[in-house]
Amino acid sequence: MPDGAEPVLDVRGLKTVFRTREGNVHAVNSVSFHLRPGELLGVVGESGSGKSVTMMSLIGLLPSPPAEVQAGQVLLDGRDILQVSSTQLQSIRGARIGFIFQDPMTSLNPVFTVGSQIMEPLRKHMGLTKAQAQVRAAELLDLVGIPDAKKRLSGYPHQFSGGMRQRVMIAIALACDPRVLIADEPTTALDVTIQAQILELVRELRQKLGMAIIWITHDLGVIAGIADRVMVMYAGQVVEQAPVKELFTRPQHPYTRALLKTIPHLAGPRSDRLQVIEGQPPIMMAAPAACAFAPRCAHAFDRCLRENPQRRPVGQGHDVACHWEAGAAHA
Amino acid sequence: MLTFTLRRLLLAIPTLLFISLVIFLLVDLAPGSPMSEIPLTVPPEVRQKMIEAMGADQPVLVRYVLWLRQFFWVEPATLIDGWFGTSLAGGEQRILSWQTRSPVFTMIGQRIPQTITVVGTAYLLGVMIALPIGIYSAYRQYSLFDQAGTLFAMIGFSVPTFFTGTLLIIVFSVWLGWFPTKYDTTLSVTDWNSFVQQIRQMALPVLTLALANAAAISRYMRSSMLDNMGQDYVRTARAKGMSERTVVLKHVLRNSLIPVVTVIALGIPAIFGGAIITENLFGVNGIGAALILAIHANDLPTVQTLAFIFAVLIVVFNLIADILYGLLDPRIRYD
Ligand SMILES: Nc1ncnc2c1ncn2[C@@H]1O[C@H](COP(=O)(O)OP(=O)(O)O)[C@@H](O)[C@H]1O
Ligand code: SF4
Ligand SMILES: [Mg+2]
Repeated sequence: MPDGAEPVLDVRGLKTVFRTREGNVHAVNSVSFHLRPGELLGVVGESGSGKSVTMMSLIGLLPSPPAEVQAGQVLLDGRDILQVSSTQLQSIRGARIGFIFQDPMTSLNPVFTVGSQIMEPLRKHMGLTKAQAQVRAAELLDLVGIPDAKKRLSGYPHQFSGGMRQRVMIAIALACDPRVLIADEPTTALDVTIQAQILELVRELRQKLGMAIIWITHDLGVIAGIADRVMVMYAGQVVEQAPVKELFTRPQHPYTRALLKTIPHLAGPRSDRLQVIEGQPPIMMAAPAACAFAPRCAHAFDRCLRENPQRRPVGQGHDVACHWEAGAAHA
Repeated sequence: MLTFTLRRLLLAIPTLLFISLVIFLLVDLAPGSPMSEIPLTVPPEVRQKMIEAMGADQPVLVRYVLWLRQFFWVEPATLIDGWFGTSLAGGEQRILSWQTRSPVFTMIGQRIPQTITVVGTAYLLGVMIALPIGIYSAYRQYSLFDQAGTLFAMIGFSVPTFFTGTLLIIVFSVWLGWFPTKYDTTLSVTDWNSFVQQIRQMALPVLTLALANAAAISRYMRSSMLDNMGQDYVRTARAKGMSERTVVLKHVLRNSLIPVVTVIALGIPAIFGGAIITENLFGVNGIGAALILAIHANDLPTVQTLAFIFAVLIVVFNLIADILYGLLDPRIRYD
């Protein structure tokens, strides 16, 4: 990836809060990151670390109330899409940013044919006629590797397997040739062989179509194989960010290190959740004033409880939000 | 779907036969005599003759078998004869009312138009009020509109129609004088004036029933919409860039309607029963009013026939509801 290229997506200081009866949940706390054209950015973190909420905040997919995006900029090709009208946002969703979700079994509407669901964005965003959209929808199904594409357009979601439905979701997300594809744990709900097939498909499509991808997962093993760069999230914050090789060879944040230890060996069984780190990720009832990882951190010292660490560079394209430095002495 | 429908229809036959027997026996057990309306001055021998003439002295099972034959053969045959001028019925005895000595079905034929105009319009109106209220209440859950809708539904649920009906009569007929208090069955619509008159006399009974029906259906619609609003496929529709209108009125509504449509279909026979009180209150000369009259007069054949017709309606609309479900939900495969 050309390092100097303008990012397609540049997120700055994003803050999202859920107003609940128990109080405000600070789900996303000043998250900043960028995505370059054609790049694949992996986003990892335990369940509940704010990955989904961050991505859904970008394109206004969270129900409001209770969700409220309180601060930040989301620059898509230089334009802040947090500031545009809801109609303009609709013309961006599904057209320039495609989304794939975790559970393919429930993500498609059960009462409409697969074909009509693929054709919807084509007709709305690209202004295709019904006949044109039909042709294009068949091409898309073919593209995502569904055999007998033309015939299957008239099938309903329940007539497709989980893996096939996720392929349909990918076809929908890619229908209008988006600049950015956001995949929120797209393989988590699938079994291992299907998971591998979907990964392979995305790798292929990326080469063919050249869109930038944000790939969310809690499985670092998946990330290692496909990402260019990795961003680690904890308690709604980015705690470390680095090119993929760098992150795997020189992890700096104690949380990243712990995550890396939990990757199962290739031969071993793959666990669904990261249960190896003691304790639970916190639910943030206030904006962080201390390191949110401190209660679970083996290196925590007094400064960690006084001051929330800010991201600081530690190498080429590598930054970390932690007070602790490997090898240094801490009081 | 066709096999399913045929199978269900075949299955309905024994069910209905059993129901008819139960109805027949239950109604027969009720105390009272068909002579209770006859003046005491009539001598006992004459009374005995009258009872024999009606066949009321026969054992109950004999009467039941005769009634079955009349209901399933003589009456349909008479109907066909009436249409095509054939003579299938061959002058056989039809089901006769003990009260009026005339065929029960003739009376039903005269009264059913009133019931259908009033009750049918009310149900249609109720549905048309209920669906938008339910949809919008769910879309703006906990808004002022939703809370007003909840209140409206609570009132519609908990206040019986004889109360709302009476209240409407007092306010709109007695105080304001906008509508007549009684429904005039003899009115026939021939021109604009009589049409307006018909609308005016229908207004209050229709409104009374429509409010009661709308209350329940709007709740069903609302909760069905809410069930679907949080589904993943709705998020997918939004992520595709669909407008709110498309998301709500196409994706969510199409799914939410599946259970609501079946509830609406299932409710149709029930409203005939529920309309009994309203028909009496407003003097609508319909089926419900006829049933009440027959019960008072111990007119067993009429009561049995009407009760059985209600039972048939319930079975038929159950089947219709199932078929609609299968048509609306592609996941359901009956065959
Ligand atoms: N509807 C909601 N109401 C309140 N809090 C929520 C809601 N949705 C998410 N959250 C909070 O946001 C946090 C991040 O959730 P999420 O982004 O889904 O995590 P993940 O990294 O697993 O995708 C959760 O810990 C939860 O506390
Ligand atoms: S800032 Fe302190 S508590 Fe937080 S991760 Fe670093 S060392 Fe651990
Ligand atoms: Mg998630």
